[in-house]
Amino acid sequence: MASKVTSAVMRQGLHVLAVAIRAEPLIFTLAVAASTVYGVMTVASAWALGWATDNVVLPAFRAGEITRGAILTAVALIIGVAVVKAAGVGGRRFLAGLMQYRMQARSRRGVTRQYLKLPLAWHHRHPTGQLLSNAGADAEAAWAPLAPLPMAVGVIVMLVTAAVGMVVTDLVLALIGFLIFPAIAVINMIYQRRLSPLVTRAQQLRAEVSEIAHESFDGALVIKTLGREDLEAERFRARAHELRDANVAVGRVRGLFDPVLEALPTLGVLAVLLIGAHRLAAGAINSGTLVQVAYLFTLLAFPIRALGWVLGEIPRSVVGWRRVRAVLDASGAMEFGTASLTGTAPARLEIDGLGYAYDDATVLHDVTFEVPAGRTVALVGPTGSGKSTLVQTLARLVDPATGAVRIDGTDLREIERGGISRAVALVPQQAFLFDDSVRGNITLGLPVPDEDVWAALRLAQADGFVSALPAALDTMVGERGATLSGGQRQRIALARAVVRRPRLLVLDDATSSVDPQVEARILYGLRDAAEAATVVVVAYRMATIALADEVVYLEHGRVVDRGGHQELITRCAGYRNLVTAYEREEAERAAVETDSEGVSA
Amino acid sequence: MTMLQRVERSALATVRHGLSLTPEFRKGLAGTLGLAVVATIGKIIVPIAVQQTIDTGLKDGTPDLPYIRTAVLLCAAAVVLTAIAGYLMNVRLYKSTESSLATLRVRGFRHVHDLSVLTQNTERRGALVSRVTGDVDQITTFMQSGGLMIVVAVGQLVVSSVLMFVYSWQLTLLVWACFVPMAISLPRFQRWLSSAYTQVRERTGDVLSAVSESVVGAPVIRAYGSEERTAERVDAAIEANRQAQTRTQRIVATIFPLTEVMAAVAIAGVVLLGVRLGLDGDITAGRLVAFLFLITLFISPLQIATEVLNEAQNAVAGWRRILGVLDTPPDVADPGPSGVELPRGPIDVSFEAVGFAYPGGEPVLHAVSVAIPPRSRIAVVGETGSGKTTFAKLLTRLMDPVSGRVLVDGEDLRSVKFSSLRERIVMVPQDGFLFDGTLADNIRFGRPAATDEELLLSLTELGLADWLEGLPAGLDSPVGQRGESLSAGERQLVALARAYLADPDLLLLDEATSAVDPATEVRLSRALEGVTRGRTAVTIAHRLSTAEAADEVLVFDRGRIVQRGSHADLVAQPGVYADLHSSWISAARS
Repeated sequence: MASKVTSAVMRQGLHVLAVAIRAEPLIFTLAVAASTVYGVMTVASAWALGWATDNVVLPAFRAGEITRGAILTAVALIIGVAVVKAAGVGGRRFLAGLMQYRMQARSRRGVTRQYLKLPLAWHHRHPTGQLLSNAGADAEAAWAPLAPLPMAVGVIVMLVTAAVGMVVTDLVLALIGFLIFPAIAVINMIYQRRLSPLVTRAQQLRAEVSEIAHESFDGALVIKTLGREDLEAERFRARAHELRDANVAVGRVRGLFDPVLEALPTLGVLAVLLIGAHRLAAGAINSGTLVQVAYLFTLLAFPIRALGWVLGEIPRSVVGWRRVRAVLDASGAMEFGTASLTGTAPARLEIDGLGYAYDDATVLHDVTFEVPAGRTVALVGPTGSGKSTLVQTLARLVDPATGAVRIDGTDLREIERGGISRAVALVPQQAFLFDDSVRGNITLGLPVPDEDVWAALRLAQADGFVSALPAALDTMVGERGATLSGGQRQRIALARAVVRRPRLLVLDDATSSVDPQVEARILYGLRDAAEAATVVVVAYRMATIALADEVVYLEHGRVVDRGGHQELITRCAGYRNLVTAYEREEAERAAVETDSEGVSA
Repeated sequence: MTMLQRVERSALATVRHGLSLTPEFRKGLAGTLGLAVVATIGKIIVPIAVQQTIDTGLKDGTPDLPYIRTAVLLCAAAVVLTAIAGYLMNVRLYKSTESSLATLRVRGFRHVHDLSVLTQNTERRGALVSRVTGDVDQITTFMQSGGLMIVVAVGQLVVSSVLMFVYSWQLTLLVWACFVPMAISLPRFQRWLSSAYTQVRERTGDVLSAVSESVVGAPVIRAYGSEERTAERVDAAIEANRQAQTRTQRIVATIFPLTEVMAAVAIAGVVLLGVRLGLDGDITAGRLVAFLFLITLFISPLQIATEVLNEAQNAVAGWRRILGVLDTPPDVADPGPSGVELPRGPIDVSFEAVGFAYPGGEPVLHAVSVAIPPRSRIAVVGETGSGKTTFAKLLTRLMDPVSGRVLVDGEDLRSVKFSSLRERIVMVPQDGFLFDGTLADNIRFGRPAATDEELLLSLTELGLADWLEGLPAGLDSPVGQRGESLSAGERQLVALARAYLADPDLLLLDEATSAVDPATEVRLSRALEGVTRGRTAVTIAHRLSTAEAADEVLVFDRGRIVQRGSHADLVAQPGVYADLHSSWISAARS
C-alpha cells in the first residue's frame, strides 16, 4: 500500500495519467481546451468587473452621470464572459467524466478478459475477493485523478493568465498574489500528502469491516448454533472502532487545513485592500484596478485547490493501477496446440505418470492408468486423496506438473483452443449456475434444439421439476442458481454436460445432493446412454461403483490399486475398508448386540 | 421478501428517531452549531472590508489610510478567529459523528445476529451487510459534508441577505429574483440526478455480479469453453454501467454552468440598477461593489445544492435501513436474566404437539409429539421436504414452534438462557461454513479457550490425525475464504471437529457428513455419538447406515412422524421406512 506521496509514487502517478492521455488523446485535448477557456474566462470575469467599476460605477457616483454605451458594454461583457466560461465549465466536466469512465470500462474489460484467459492454477493463487476488487474498486481508483485533471490544467492556465494580468496591472499587488497563491498551492499539497495515507487507511479499514460483516452473516448459522454472537460482535466492534479512529484522524487533518485554505485568500484580499489603498494614495492605480484584483483573489481561491485534488488521488490511483496492471501482465496463459480431435466415437483416455502440486504440497504422485474407449472407470479414495484435482487435469482445467493426459493418443496440451471442451464434459462437485435461464445454463450458447435440451434433462432426472417451473426452460435461475435446491442445481449441471454428447464424461461426485432413489435412476440412465461416451466417475457409493468396468483406488495422491470391484475387495485392504464401511458397521453392531444378549442371558 | 421492519416514518421522524439512538451526536450539537455560525461569518468579511475601504477610505479620492489600516487589521483578526472556530467545529463534528455511528454500526451488527435464522434468510446477505456498512457510511458522509454544507450554506445565505438588505433592499430583491427560480427548480434537478445515480448503482452491481461469475465460475467456463459468451455478458454490463455514469456526468455538467450564467445575470442587473440607484443617492459606491462580492456567496450553495440534496436523501434512506434492523424485534429471543440455566449432564427432549408453518405458508409440521430419552441415539429419516430439517431447527431453537412446545430436561426451550442452551445443544449443519483463518482458528471456534493439545486430541479421537498429517501446515493450514481451499468433504470434517470440541450434551447432525467418504463417516459418527460420554445424539441422514446404528428411528413423511422404532422392527414391516431402505440398499450395495 502506497502510504506516502514520495517522488517515486508521483512519477508513477504521472505515468498512469500519461497512459490515459495516450489512450484518449482527442477527448483529453478537448477537455483541456474547454478547461483553458474556463481558466481564461475566470480571469476575464474579474477584469470585466474591474472595467465596469472604473467605467460605469465610479463615474456614476463621482460625476453623477452614466453613458448608455458604457453600461451596455459592461452588461454585455459580464454576461458574455460568463456564458463562454459556463460553456468551458460544462465541457470540461463532461469530457473529464467521459474520459474517466472510458478508461475505467477499458480496464474492467481488460481485467475480465484476463480472468477468462488465465489458467485455473492462477485463479487458485488469488482469492476471489481480490479478483473482484481488481475489476471493481481498483479499476475505479486507477482512473480517479482523471476527473480533476483537466480542471487542474485549466487552473494552471488561469494562474498564468492571472499572473500576467496582474503584473501588467500593478506589480506591487501582483507580488501579493505571488506570495499568497503559491502558499495556497504548497499548503494544499502538504494537506493532500498528510491526508491521503489516512484516507487510504480508512478505506482499507472500511473494506475490512465490510469483510467481517460479510463473513459473519454468511456464517450466521454456525455462530448461532455455537452461541458465539458475543465473540463475533467483539470482533466486529474492534475493527469498527479502528475505523472510527481512522476517520477521526482524517477529520483532524481536514479540520486543520480546510479553514486555513479558506482563510488565506481572504487574508490576501485584505492585504490587497490595505496595500492597494496606499498605491491608490500614491496614484499608481485607480479604484477599478483595486476591485478587479480583489475580485480575482476571491475567484482564484477555490479552483487552485484542484491541483491538490489530482495530487491527493495519485497514491490511490497508483495502487489501483498497479493491481490492475498485475492482472493485465499476468502471464502463464494456457498455450494451445494445433491438433484437433476428430470423430464422435467414445474417446480413449491415457493418464501417464501424472503429478500435481499446489504451491509446495504435492497432491498427486505418478498417477498412471488408462480408460479404453467406451469404458467406465470409477475413481475411489478417501476425502482429500486428490480425486478432484485429478479430474481437473482430464478436462485441462489445470496442467499436470509432470506426466501427461492423452485423449486418443494426443497430449491435451497439443490440442487446439476449444478442442477439449468439444470432446470432454466435466461435472464438478459443486454445481455452478449462471444468472441466466434454465435453457441458457444448459446450452451455454450452443445452438441446441429444445428437444435435445429436454432429452438431457430427462436423463438427468430434471425434466419433472423443470417443467413445473413457472416458465419452464425460460425460467431465470437467479444468481448462482439461488432459486433452485442443491440437488436441482446438480441435475441442471449434469444436463449441461449430457446435452453436448461428450466423448469423455467426467463426473466428480456430481450427484451428492440428489436423493439416493433419484441418483440410482440417473446412473442407470447414464449407463444405458453411455455407449456414446467414455466415463470417469468419482464415487463413494456402491451403486455408482457398480456401473464401472474398472476401479482406480487412490490414497494420498497415489494409485494404490486398480482392477475390478471384486478383485479390489479381496486384494486391497484400503479399498475394502472404504467401500464396505457401512456393511462392516452393521455387522459389528449386530455382533455387539448378540454379545450383549449372550451376556444378559 | 424481507421480514425486517420497514420504517414508514417521514424523513424528519426517521432522522429524529435515529438521533435518539445516537446520544454521542446530540451531546454537544449546540456547541458545534454555534461554532459553525461563527465560521460562516468569515464569509462576509471581505465584502464588508471592500465596502468600508471604498466608501470611507476612498472618499473624495484621497484614501484615509489610518482608517483603512484599522479596518483591515480588525477584519484580519476576525478571519483568524473564524478559522479557529472552523477548526474546532470540524474536530467536534468528526468525533461526535464517528463515535455515534460506530455505536450504531455495532448495535446493528449485534442485532442481526439476534434475529432468527428465518428472518436473516429473508434478506440477501449482501443487503444485510450494507445495512451495517454502506448505509451507515452514507449517514456519516452526509453529516460531515452535505449536512455541514447545508448549515454553512443556509447561514451564508441568511447572513449575506441580511447584509445586502442593510445595503440596499432594492438590489437584494433583484438578486433574489435571479436566484429564486434556480432554487425552485433544484428539487427537479435533484430528482433527475438521483434517478441517474440509482441507475449507476444498479449497473455497478450488475458489473460486479457479471465479473464474479467469471471468477467463481472459472472452472465451468473453461470446462465448457464458454469464455467468449461470458466475455460478451461482462462487456454488456460494463458498457451499460459506463453509459449510466456518462449520463450522470451530463446532468451535472448542465446544472453547474447554469448557476454561473445566473450569477452573471445577477451581477449585470446589480450594476445596471445599482448605478441608477446611485444617481438618486440611494446607495454608495462601496456598497454597490460589496454587492458584487456578496453575489458570489450565492453561487456555490446553489451549485452544490443538488449533490447535497442527494446526499440528504441517501442519508435518510440509510437511516431507514439501519433502523429497519434495529426496530425488528428478535423473533426468537433470549429470555434474559430471568431465564433458566440448565445444569450439564445427560439431556432429554420432548416435543409436545409441536406444529410449525413458515410465515404465510402451509404447515410443514403437524402436532409432532415425541420423547427423546437421555443418552439415546436417534436417527431422523424421510424424503426431501418431509419436515426433518424443520424438526432439527425447532429442537435447537433456531425457530420457535407455532403451536405446542419443546421441552428440554422438562423446561420449555423458550425459557432457557441462550448461553446455557448453546452450550448444551449444538447442531452441525450440512454446509460446514468455515471462517477465513487457519484450521486451528476454525476448530477452536467451538471452544475458544482450547489449547493446541486439546485440538490435536479431539482430531485424534475423531480419527482425523491421519488426514491432518497430510496437510502441509497441519493445524496452521489456512482454509481460505469460506474454507474454499479445502474440499467439501474436508470442510465438513472441520465443522464436525469444531462441534466435537464444543462438547455439548446433545449433538444434532443435519446431513453433516454427506460429502465425506464412507470409512471416515462411520468412524466420525461413532466418535461423535460419544456413547461412553452419555451424550444424546440426533442424526438426520440420507445414508441409512446411520439409521441402522441408531437406538430409535423417527420416520418423517409430509410433516408427521409416521413410524418410529428400531431399524430391525421398521424394516420388517411395510411402510415408508421399508421403501426408503430398499432403495438405499440398491444404491449402496447393488
